[in-house]
Amino acid sequence: MAERILKLNRTNVLGALALTGVLGLTLGTLIAVALRADGAGAFGPADWAAIRFTLWQAALSAVISVILAIPVARALARRSFPGRGFLITLLGAPFILPVIVAVLGLLAVFGRNGIVSQTLIWAGLEPISIYGLHGVVIAHVFFNLPLATRLILQGWLTIPAERFRLAASLGFGPDDIQRVLERPMLRGVLPGALLVIFLICLTSFAVALALGGGPRATTVELAIYQAFRFDFDLGKAALLALVQFAMGATAALIALRVAVPGGIGTGLDRAVRRWDGGIALVLQDVLCIGFATLFLVLPLTMILLDGAPGLVRLPHPVLWAAGRSILVALASVILTLSLALPIAALAVRHRSRLVEGIGTLTIAASPLVIGTGLFIVIFPLADPFALALPVTALVNAAMALPFALRVIVPVLAGIETDYGPLADQMGLTGTARFRHLWLPRLRRPLGFTAGLAGALSMGDLGVIAMFADPERATLPLQLYRLMGAYRMEDAAAAALLLLMLSLLMFWAFDKGGRVDADA
Amino acid sequence: MLTLEDLHIVMDDFTLDADLSVETGACVAVLGPSGAGKSTLLMAIAGFLPLTSGRILWGGAPMPDTPAKRPISMVFQDNNLFPHMTAFDNVALGLRPSLRLTGPERGQVENALARVGLTGLGDRKPGQLSGGQAARVALARVLLRNRPLLLLDEPFGALGPALRTEMVALVKDLVTETGATLLMVSHEPEDAREIADQVILVAEGTAHAPVPTAKIFADPPAALREYLGK
Amino acid sequence: MKTLSFVAGALMATTAGAETLTVYTYDSFVSDWGPGPAVKEAFEADCGCDLKFVSVGDGAEILSRLRLEGTRSDADVVLGLDTNLTAAARDTGLFAPHALGETDWTLPIAWEDDTFIPFDWGYFAFVYDTEKVSNPPKSFAELIASDLSIVIQDPRSSTPGLGLLLWVKSVFGDKAGEAWAGLNDQVVTVTKGWSEAYGMFLEGEADMVLSYTTSPAYHLIAEEDASKAAAAFSDGHYLQVEVAAKVATTDQPDLADQFLAFVASDTFQSIIPTTNWMYPAVTPSGGLPDGFETLIQPETALLLPEADAQDVRDEALAEWLSVSSN
Repeated sequence: MAERILKLNRTNVLGALALTGVLGLTLGTLIAVALRADGAGAFGPADWAAIRFTLWQAALSAVISVILAIPVARALARRSFPGRGFLITLLGAPFILPVIVAVLGLLAVFGRNGIVSQTLIWAGLEPISIYGLHGVVIAHVFFNLPLATRLILQGWLTIPAERFRLAASLGFGPDDIQRVLERPMLRGVLPGALLVIFLICLTSFAVALALGGGPRATTVELAIYQAFRFDFDLGKAALLALVQFAMGATAALIALRVAVPGGIGTGLDRAVRRWDGGIALVLQDVLCIGFATLFLVLPLTMILLDGAPGLVRLPHPVLWAAGRSILVALASVILTLSLALPIAALAVRHRSRLVEGIGTLTIAASPLVIGTGLFIVIFPLADPFALALPVTALVNAAMALPFALRVIVPVLAGIETDYGPLADQMGLTGTARFRHLWLPRLRRPLGFTAGLAGALSMGDLGVIAMFADPERATLPLQLYRLMGAYRMEDAAAAALLLLMLSLLMFWAFDKGGRVDADA
Repeated sequence: MLTLEDLHIVMDDFTLDADLSVETGACVAVLGPSGAGKSTLLMAIAGFLPLTSGRILWGGAPMPDTPAKRPISMVFQDNNLFPHMTAFDNVALGLRPSLRLTGPERGQVENALARVGLTGLGDRKPGQLSGGQAARVALARVLLRNRPLLLLDEPFGALGPALRTEMVALVKDLVTETGATLLMVSHEPEDAREIADQVILVAEGTAHAPVPTAKIFADPPAALREYLGK
Repeated sequence: MKTLSFVAGALMATTAGAETLTVYTYDSFVSDWGPGPAVKEAFEADCGCDLKFVSVGDGAEILSRLRLEGTRSDADVVLGLDTNLTAAARDTGLFAPHALGETDWTLPIAWEDDTFIPFDWGYFAFVYDTEKVSNPPKSFAELIASDLSIVIQDPRSSTPGLGLLLWVKSVFGDKAGEAWAGLNDQVVTVTKGWSEAYGMFLEGEADMVLSYTTSPAYHLIAEEDASKAAAAFSDGHYLQVEVAAKVATTDQPDLADQFLAFVASDTFQSIIPTTNWMYPAVTPSGGLPDGFETLIQPETALLLPEADAQDVRDEALAEWLSVSSN
């Protein structure tokens, strides 16, 4: 086996290159920052408090998102109704929103002046307060419930229809199905879902602060920001980033030991035909889907209502920025795929969880450290500002990589199991294997991945804020600039434009992957 | 001549030993109870399984490492065709994995399709073909690759008796035409009688040296008797 | 990589042959709605050179960036540090004295500095909606005694947030901790930056927001909305003075001096009020725009001496964190 691993073939070389790129972008930048530091920073009590709070809010957000997602995914898995496909697409929306937009959307619903509180006051009840740990968790659930739902729904749909037929012929009730079919599936799927959301929440900063209600809600990422901006203590920033990385790696190790989910990408457009249960079950499912939809769609609707009036008279610089963002997003899509495919191939060839795990860890990397590290590395060689847009596309691609791997690796593994021997027999290697076997059979997951990567890139402020010059603003940056210039109405319209473009990009790629895709 | 020299394969708690040779041009059926290692034997010969020890030789020289470089065509139990490609492309892969064919090569593919009775069906994808037609596509590719050693791993297991007989006859014709050496795994003793002049019995972790078909059926060893239920 | 930077350089040069002055500034300065575009146009017409703005987050991030780049920086001028940062900036030794003569600054304090020149200034203040708050507090004590809710910014990530920290410290001194303890009940939340906080305020999440005394001028002048006002505190208001300086390693020292002189000129100063929504450092000959006269005029301007600011800052932050974190 050893010689097989060391063999210098295209999969190994390209995979190793992509993996090196990812490591360079995450750990490499961290090292660059650390090397530039004057001394190792020391931890104070405030830093330990930040570590505790970070772990606690990330764990809580992950657990609650996943627990709530289970009934929603089950309901979506066993019901088919008009608009189901659209709803599943729309569920992707919160995930790709810029933080500030999502927070204001949430406040329009749950804030002091929001719909819920106004209704409660109107009914003579006490209004609710969203600020505090529960606010942080609500916001993280808003962001991640859809993702959790997708992951778990995928699990449901991997249970073959024959099993449900068998269950029906044996007279299984809902409880029996749960015990025999669903629980084992959930045991496989949940740890991975928990991990992904935990990692996403780990680097949360603005959400935690805005809704956390005060410095109690200090996360490690904020501490990193403070080290950079307030104390200019690069050593401490690197150390904190390392701690954040270690927390992510530990979580990943634990989760990967238990199980990993199959994927989040494909085949969500069919409901499982079921024969168990009656009207009570239908009602339960309707309620689940209804509540989840309300919870997710209401804030989006508020963003829509807020932004619609200003949409037609958006200033030209915003439209230019939108065009620039689309280009960056497209570049990011290409980069995501060029990183994800070699890494997926490497992971599949060597059946290596480690390879996939390294690719996944980029979520736990601090964007601030990546940006600064890249700056330190690029500065002596080229003008970092001239490279603002390519660098943004690259960092966005790295951030989308974990999701891309989750989608592509299981499908590629399936392709290799089914058709690998035949392809080997035919001598279908290198480009030919890529073109004639992988590409056609990966169309759907690749379409989904491209859509996700594009949408994520559209919505991410990313490192552009650290590199931008006036002529190179992206749409999210223009959005922040509008807010900074008091122009809240234009900002709301820009937010809506951003939301629409992101969804459109996701929809177009996802659709493109489905057209003519053979079974 | 195909030679398996002190072959020893260990996979978890499964082992398979073989020390035998097959004459060039022979038609050999591989028989034995299920789980005994018939497929394992073929996969090892084709280069898909690492050998724990021993060597596989063809014409006295060791086989190359890469499956595609071995002088072998193989038809698997299933997944013999790529479902996203037309029958024509599936066959053409046997000639050029890049699918960049010259005019004469296209003609060769058409001829191969015609030889297995699929004239005019080249544009169809596997999903639009019957089980028998799909098997014929796989055989057309075997014909085109024209490798001296043909390994069939129960390729017609899913077909009905009449269709299977037809396929076995087609295989026999192809082998006669090309002069290839054939190793065919089957769970159907009938197949062996029809096509094979020798039988390799795989049982209890050992692949036995080939024995003439008539002889083995006239006086089956214990393991085969058990398998045949006689 | 050489080719890369060459290509990049070629792409960036808009006027071939002309000299380029590189100015590092904060992001909202260069935005299409900030002073940047007008400043660029006016100065380029004046100097026959290229003015290249490079934007870096906010004032504190400009300084971090400059420290990272050190003596290899391309920056000729830095525009947008403030009085909280000048001490740290001076210590880096990366700045050169300016060549500006005696200037008649219209600041609430006397300004004498051989390195940093002011380009605008403002007072921090709590802004409210006059239609919702009829009886605004007239001091911190009244604010603490009231049940008005406020949204503020984190001093670790935001300039106004740091301003408030020093404001409270200047007013309460050793008793700042107690003041924060009283104030915290009213703090709805603490945001990363000014935009989030101001957005939340406009959405009705809090009665007041920490901003500037000049904020109501935007609503009045740009939106013809007179409903926003800043609460005048008898304790005095903390002052923010934004400054510019020449980078010591500049390869365009003359052009840099020319730009600093331009910053103090009437042209630049008359752009500031309605683009940066701050007070100009020298009142332009045409006076302040209509609407500025409605703004409150604090009686006392508070500003810690530069030499103390760093120590006070760290002490005040620790105090705030310990009072607010439980």
